[in-house]
Amino acid sequence: MLRAADQVGTGLAGIDVAGLSKAYQGRHGPSPALQDVTFTVRAGEFVALIGPSGCGKTTLLHILAGLIEPTAGSVSMPRRHPGRLGTALVFQGASTLPWMTVLDNVAYGLRVMGVPARERRERARQHLGQVGLLASSDAYPYQLSEGMRQRVNIARALATDPAILLMDEPFADLDEQNRLLLQDELLRIWQEDRKTVLFVTHSLDEAIRLSDRVLVMSASPGHITTEVPVPLGRPRDFQKIRQDPAYGALSARLWGELREEVLRANRS
Amino acid sequence: MKARIADRWLALVSPLGLLLLWEGLSRAGLLDARFITPPSAIGRTLVVLTRTGELPYHVGVSVERIIAGFLLGSIPAVALGLAMGLSRSVRALLMPIVAAIYPIPKIAIYPLIIFYLGIGEASKVSIVALSIFFLVLLNTMAGVLGMDRTYFNIARAYGARSIDVFTTIAWPGALPSIFTGLKLGMGFAMIVIVGAELLGSDAGIGFLIWRSYQIFAIDVMFAGLLVTAVLGWLATITLDWLERRAMPWRTEHK
Repeated sequence: MLRAADQVGTGLAGIDVAGLSKAYQGRHGPSPALQDVTFTVRAGEFVALIGPSGCGKTTLLHILAGLIEPTAGSVSMPRRHPGRLGTALVFQGASTLPWMTVLDNVAYGLRVMGVPARERRERARQHLGQVGLLASSDAYPYQLSEGMRQRVNIARALATDPAILLMDEPFADLDEQNRLLLQDELLRIWQEDRKTVLFVTHSLDEAIRLSDRVLVMSASPGHITTEVPVPLGRPRDFQKIRQDPAYGALSARLWGELREEVLRANRS
Repeated sequence: MKARIADRWLALVSPLGLLLLWEGLSRAGLLDARFITPPSAIGRTLVVLTRTGELPYHVGVSVERIIAGFLLGSIPAVALGLAMGLSRSVRALLMPIVAAIYPIPKIAIYPLIIFYLGIGEASKVSIVALSIFFLVLLNTMAGVLGMDRTYFNIARAYGARSIDVFTTIAWPGALPSIFTGLKLGMGFAMIVIVGAELLGSDAGIGFLIWRSYQIFAIDVMFAGLLVTAVLGWLATITLDWLERRAMPWRTEHK
């Protein structure tokens, strides 16, 4: 069941998920992927979701993005405004469209939403500028590095001006250094208009660095086992928070929560 | 770049070498020039046939038939192949027919086609269209099915309608496979058109070869074969060029 849940006019929206379950039809009957998932993300909050591999994180994001239907439970969806997308999803891995230029990739969401050509090019340029890729507008994805391609994907999602930004391990394929750069950039962009973000990752460090709150998911079938607030101020300086004793304590606590689930996931 | 130019020169070595060997064996009297025309004599025949306008006429007729048949066959094949790749039900509906008709040698259907369409252009264009249709169809479908599912999810996540998915995802994504189908189809089109012209026609390269057989003009038969080979080569070059133009987004070929 889907219901509208944004504050009229502000365009801000939170995420409200209650009793969400999803089972896939397997050869030996239904196999559950998500079991009674319940959590909320407040409007303007940056929340990270971590869990062992295969616990249903991607399934959850795909339900929130409207790509698949849940078996049971409810999800709040922000109301769609003309020229804006309710929720935009940044996909995992190589998700630039190889046959489109960088500019066309960024404008793609606007194009299928029916935004007129001139306006969508303008908005695409603006968001390309935001991720520092304006000079590569006419390049094709194969001419870019993995980090640049991932910037294109983020710009494509932001160009649709979504109320909610869903991110599915967007930096998983990057090397450590580029990952740090992109995390910095993401936070800088987020700081500008404070969209609601749900960020799936398997990296504890990434979760702590970026988010206000970390949701921990169990091994499959996934449900939220616990949530841990991140008591670090903003804007964040990665140099400084590394030395903050709270950082180490938080990392240890999250690993304590996650360890059992990872072991359980490996056993099954 | 240097290596690529070198490759181009190397590509000339084997055909030129073969012609030289052929000419040499003929001059040495090891090949009987009355039965196996040496390249130099084939060249003279080509010049004469070109001067009289006979060769350009027959080549023109065959090329027109191939181009018309290619368009007639490939356009519906691509549209249907995309639809079959995108929709499980369309696939389930049409696949049995395609699988049954695909393996029939198309030239075996030619007598029937003549029976229905007569001996004129319509039957030649149809046999070319038919011979490439299934190749392009199956390759297009396989191309769509082989695409990364993420591309379709991206389209759907932004609310793309079916027509958007068709034009912005499936069509460009399947282009590499479509070209594979077109290139395979070009080979079949050459085989089939010359075959059809041999069987029942009053013009075209196949007809030229058949008529020369009937009057024992062996040099003209060789000339016809040579022209067919060159046409096939030109067709390949044209398709390669089109492929690069159609897909500037592909990594440069090594």
